[in-house]
Amino acid sequence: MITKEDVEHIGWLARIEISEQETVEYMEKLNSVLGYFGQLDELPTEDVAPTYHVAEIYNVFREDVVEECLPQEVVLANTEHKQDGAFRVPKIG
Amino acid sequence: MVYENPDGVRIGLEIHIQLNKLKTKMFCGCSTDYHNAAPNTHTCPVCLGLPGALPVLNKKVVEAAIKVGLALEGEIAEETQFHRKNYFYPDLPKGYQITQYDFPIVSNGKIVIEGEDGEHTVGITRAHMEEDPGKLVHIGSIEKSKGVLIDYNRSGVTLIETVTEPDMRSPKEARRFLDKFRNILEYLDVFDGNLEGAMRVDANVSVHWGTRVEVKNISSHKGVERALLYEIMRQKNVIRRGGKVSQETRHFDEGRGVTLSMRTKEEAEDYRYFREPDLMPMRITDWIPAIKETLPELPDAKRARFIEQYGITDMHAKSLTSKIMLADFYEGVCAKGVDPKIAATWTADVFLGELNYRDLAISSYDGEKIGFIHAKDPRIKNSIKVSDMVELVNLFAEGKISDRAAVEVIRTMLDTAEEKTPFQIIEEKGLFKAEDDLVTKAVAETIAENEAAVQDYLGGTEKSLNFLVGQVMKKTKGTADAKTARDLIIKELKG
Repeated sequence: MITKEDVEHIGWLARIEISEQETVEYMEKLNSVLGYFGQLDELPTEDVAPTYHVAEIYNVFREDVVEECLPQEVVLANTEHKQDGAFRVPKIG
Repeated sequence: MVYENPDGVRIGLEIHIQLNKLKTKMFCGCSTDYHNAAPNTHTCPVCLGLPGALPVLNKKVVEAAIKVGLALEGEIAEETQFHRKNYFYPDLPKGYQITQYDFPIVSNGKIVIEGEDGEHTVGITRAHMEEDPGKLVHIGSIEKSKGVLIDYNRSGVTLIETVTEPDMRSPKEARRFLDKFRNILEYLDVFDGNLEGAMRVDANVSVHWGTRVEVKNISSHKGVERALLYEIMRQKNVIRRGGKVSQETRHFDEGRGVTLSMRTKEEAEDYRYFREPDLMPMRITDWIPAIKETLPELPDAKRARFIEQYGITDMHAKSLTSKIMLADFYEGVCAKGVDPKIAATWTADVFLGELNYRDLAISSYDGEKIGFIHAKDPRIKNSIKVSDMVELVNLFAEGKISDRAAVEVIRTMLDTAEEKTPFQIIEEKGLFKAEDDLVTKAVAETIAENEAAVQDYLGGTEKSLNFLVGQVMKKTKGTADAKTARDLIIKELKG
């Protein structure tokens, strides 16, 4: 069962603010989703290997060859917060 | 002798090294040659974490990781894959780091080091591949920071993270482990330790088999010993005062040489690892035989061969093989037909000693000359040619210059940028050994002028002989061979 504290913790990890009312709402929704997975859990899967990729593909690589990079002004084009060619962010806690 | 480990010290290390010899980053074709570049000029949608960009793994990364694993005598996983480690920090543009979790590519390796009481094995728990975050620069000092500037040139460069067992019993052993590890990596030619940020170390340390404390942010190779010495002393003091060492993460302040508690948030680490869906798993064990073929002779094997092949002492062999470039330089010199024992002395003892004294680190060898660079100021650099060392060793071996003069030549070559051969330096400075009759003359004069010292020596005061030799050296301005002068005086006085 997901508690209110779990929801608050998840919100903190994701750095999103969740209001008191939303906390209750999300708790109910998350519990409903997890309840569904609970049903799946009832199936006997001891002898089944987990599937992470549906396509059975291994070993996808590229060669160590240099390609062109983006120009600095393009890299910084989408932000107003820049200084001396770098992204500028507030000081970190 | 068995090392007692009186304080019950246990040290484990977590070492991040950059595969900075690869041409491109881990998951994109951006060049890794960013060290003197303007910020954010070596990036693309993949290493900037732009939406929709997909990573594709550099094949050379896997080959290098296997090389490292084999050199550490570890096991290479049958099947290996990547995970996402989720956390928010501005140096990580995607909000997660692509790393490995429960299926690292390498496990159960080891490195044998020179321990407190002879050979000591340090276990390697695991080694895995992951991407480097970007670089943060604080505006002003960290405490009074007004903001942070982010440069993503480093973002996505390949790291190999290696975790050891807590097998080291003193800061000295930890330092020796790092020296050996770095040496092995340079032999494998996957890593240049002289580049900024190439090797970063975290350590966990406990005393009296107690609670372990993690010390982070040890950036310099030499900082490890200092950080650990401080931390061990701190923990011992806590216990002496009747306190308890608490489990925590501390930060090493290099400038002050102390470790400081990091006020971390109460939240336990919660990285929500899950398999990286953008990257396919790998089955690479069939690559191993071919990669094994490419493995170079490693330090321990080379050391044994040097003793065997060149007839040099274990001490010289160890010192010469402590850097692949130095070992190659020595072999380059020996290949020119000089006496390998004399070459070993001048390379391992004098040349290396003078480099260390000047804080110069060996940085290159191209078959013709060995280059070195100042550890703190990369603008100071110089090189010595194989042919110069050969000439010097030969002049010394033929008795044309004294050992003092040979040292002087090496110092001059290190300290001046002018391209002069040893012969030219010796001529300019008048360092050729005095002709024998000059020495004979100086000996005769010395005996005539120092009646008292001569009598003392004949009366049994051995020290007086040293004084007389000193006088001969003075008269010949140091060009005489001290042993010749000594023999001549004894012959003159005692027949």
